[in-house]
Amino acid sequence: MEKQPIIVVENLVKKFGNFVANDNLTFRVKKGEIFGFLGANGAGKTTAIKILCGLSSPTSGKVTVAGFDVYRETNKIKQNIGYMSQKFSLYENLTVKENIRFYAGIYGLNKKVIDERMEELLSGLNIQELKNTLIASLPLGWKQKLAFSIAIFHKPKIVFLDEPTGGVDPIARRQFWDMIYDAARNGITVFVTTHYMDEAEYCDRVSIMVDGRIEALDTPAALKKAFAAENMDGVFLKLARKKSN
Amino acid sequence: MSSPSIRVESVSKSYGETKAVNNISLTVEKGELYGLIGPDGAGKTTLFRMLTSLLVPDSGKAEVEGFDIVNDYKNLRRILGYMPGRFSLYHDLTVEENLAFFATIFGTTIKDNYDLIRDIYIQIEPFKNRKAGKLSGGMKQKLALSCALIHKPEVLFLDEPTTGVDAVSRKEFWEMLKTLQKKGITIMVSTPYMDEAALCDHVALIQKGNILSIDTPEKIRSQYKFPLMRIRTDNMYILPVDLRSFPGSESAYRFGDSVHFSTKEELQHPGLRNFLESKGHHQIEIEKIEPDIEDCFMAFLRNEKREWRNNRL
Repeated sequence: MEKQPIIVVENLVKKFGNFVANDNLTFRVKKGEIFGFLGANGAGKTTAIKILCGLSSPTSGKVTVAGFDVYRETNKIKQNIGYMSQKFSLYENLTVKENIRFYAGIYGLNKKVIDERMEELLSGLNIQELKNTLIASLPLGWKQKLAFSIAIFHKPKIVFLDEPTGGVDPIARRQFWDMIYDAARNGITVFVTTHYMDEAEYCDRVSIMVDGRIEALDTPAALKKAFAAENMDGVFLKLARKKSN
Repeated sequence: MSSPSIRVESVSKSYGETKAVNNISLTVEKGELYGLIGPDGAGKTTLFRMLTSLLVPDSGKAEVEGFDIVNDYKNLRRILGYMPGRFSLYHDLTVEENLAFFATIFGTTIKDNYDLIRDIYIQIEPFKNRKAGKLSGGMKQKLALSCALIHKPEVLFLDEPTTGVDAVSRKEFWEMLKTLQKKGITIMVSTPYMDEAALCDHVALIQKGNILSIDTPEKIRSQYKFPLMRIRTDNMYILPVDLRSFPGSESAYRFGDSVHFSTKEELQHPGLRNFLESKGHHQIEIEKIEPDIEDCFMAFLRNEKREWRNNRL
């Protein structure tokens, strides 16, 4: 059975003055899949993610996220998604517990639910003892895992991860992906960007943007076959190098 | 044998309670491309800032091209180029103005040293009147490298030049480094990308202020002490979890479309295959492989992590 789409993008165009950042994007993300959104620096990924998160309106085209329209229903979109990036994740001078309560509060969860899920979260990560520890004193790998847990604390339909593993050590990076798989198994759709090409292989499907357009979209296995490449690094190089010349 | 380009002896630096760099010693020969490989928080930037005379160590001693990093800092600064992790460019100056500014500070001109930067600068020269703040990440990186080179340094320090940079630009950047190395410049570069380690002559694997290992990439790989296999099945989601429950399992990590699995001792494939079948896996492919730097780094990290947790909890 074909899974329902949870993100539908049709002919999305976004211009800044004369510059076309997103040039007629069309794609669908299925419910519960791990969707890798790849592209070179400046290819237009961030612009597209902002639109999908309801932070920016398209110039033209039709986009719905979790069934809501990106022009008119941005608040509903925000309630139904989670977001995390490497650059902005948690408040360093708040404790683990304070960060959780802060984010959960923003999403309007009541105290009872917050307390229950907080226990689940802490025992899931096996860090009950660190509840009152300042974020600043945690190793980066743990911060990122915690940031991800908090991004899905309100049980969003989709979670957007913008280079979530940048700079994290290789073991923590892989543990992070175990968490992504868990979330996907629990029905959360994962929309993720990364510069690590081995992580592209962990996705169910991958799109590759070049100069504002989606030049390829398929499973990693199919892309490797189509581009006669040994790994995703090879696929990416073949596609993205075209542009720089 | 000629004297080394960089000599670091038992250097330490703490910020309050945090030991950013903990008793590190290393030697970089002239003309080497030397990699500091480690994740965020390893101490790479602190070490760079000491070697470029911007920070004074708490203890220990270091020399670059014979200049003591504390006492001879004025001479030192003339012969080194430094590209910090966060771009050092002036965003409200144009490409050309940035370059001219750095040249002037070092008492030279773009024209005098154009040869050295030409291959790199030529790629951004068409945009020389654009403000640096308006450049793409890849172009900023090329400009920053040009600025670090404009006074013909003998030693180049590059702090995470490829972080957040896409795979294509990363590859191009390493090609530029190889070209610079051929011109006789000693290069010390830090990176969190393990695959870049293979491109260095020597690497220091570094984590939380400590050096885990220093050697050539080949030697580091040859020290890996566990039998290692690449495994694929029809259920890659659960494969690492299942492998970790195999008796004698040392580690199981995802690597692209496979899992790298190591065991404490040599084992027979049929046993493993039967185990995976009993867990419901099909289309099982098992292949013995040689470790790469990332396998090695994770083997070192496993011990470190166990210690951190044991101390903390």
